[in-house]
Amino acid sequence: MQPINRMKIEFDSKSSNEAFARVVVAAFAAQLDPTLEDLADLKTAVSEAVTNAIIHGYEQKSGTIYMECLLYPDSITVIIEDHGVGIEDIEKARTPAFTTKPELERSGMGFAVMESFMDSLQIESEKGKGTKIIMTKKFSRG
Amino acid sequence: MALDITFKQENQVLTVYLKGELDHHTVSSIKDTIDMQLVSAPVKKLVLDMSGVTFMDSSGIGLIVGRYNRIKSFGGSMAIKNPGQNLLKILKMSGIDKLMKIS
Repeated sequence: MQPINRMKIEFDSKSSNEAFARVVVAAFAAQLDPTLEDLADLKTAVSEAVTNAIIHGYEQKSGTIYMECLLYPDSITVIIEDHGVGIEDIEKARTPAFTTKPELERSGMGFAVMESFMDSLQIESEKGKGTKIIMTKKFSRG
Repeated sequence: MALDITFKQENQVLTVYLKGELDHHTVSSIKDTIDMQLVSAPVKKLVLDMSGVTFMDSSGIGLIVGRYNRIKSFGGSMAIKNPGQNLLKILKMSGIDKLMKIS
C-alpha cells in the first residue's frame, strides 16, 4: 500500500537529539489524530531506537542517524537507521534485560519496549555495516 | 530538554522530585547528582516523586534500577510516587513494581 504522506530526516548521533526525534515523529503522526496513549507509545519506541543508535550503533561517537516516517490511513511506520557497528546477535539483543553495556546502567529493555509499545518490529543488522529498525504503530482514533 | 531535580531530606528519607523528561540524555546528567546526595547524609529510604515527569523511556528504568541497587547495598529501600499513566505502563512492563512500592 502506498503511504498517504512521508518524511525523511537525518541528524547527528547526539543524545540531545533523542527528544528532537520523538517530538518530530509525534508531530508528523498527529495529522492522523491518534489518542494521547498511542502517541506516548510511539514517542517511547522512537526514543528507544534513537538511543540504541547513539549508544550501541555509534558507541557514543559521531555519526548520522536516518529517520523516515511513512503515514498510512490508520498507522505509521518509522524506520530508524544507523551506519554504526551493527548487532552481532539480534535474537540475544531482543532478550529483555540483556545489555552489552551494563556499566552505563542500561536496563536492556530497549527492544522489549519497542516490541511492546508498537504493533510490529523488524530489526535488520549487519556487523560493521549498521542497523535498521522498522516499526509500525496502528492507531485507534482519538 | 532539561530535567529539573530537587531534594527533600527528612528522618533518613530522601525524596527526589523530578520534573521534565527522562531519557538517556537527561538521565546521564542527574545520576551522579542523586548518588552524591545519597552519600552526603544517612539515607534509609529513597523516594522518587515522578509527578512532574512527562516522558520516560528505558533509560529511566536503568536510572531506577541503578539507584535501587545502590540503596539496597546500604541496607535501605526505595519507592516511587505519583507516576502518570504512561510512566506506569513502562514501570510495570519492566517489572519495577515487583522490586519496590509504587503509589
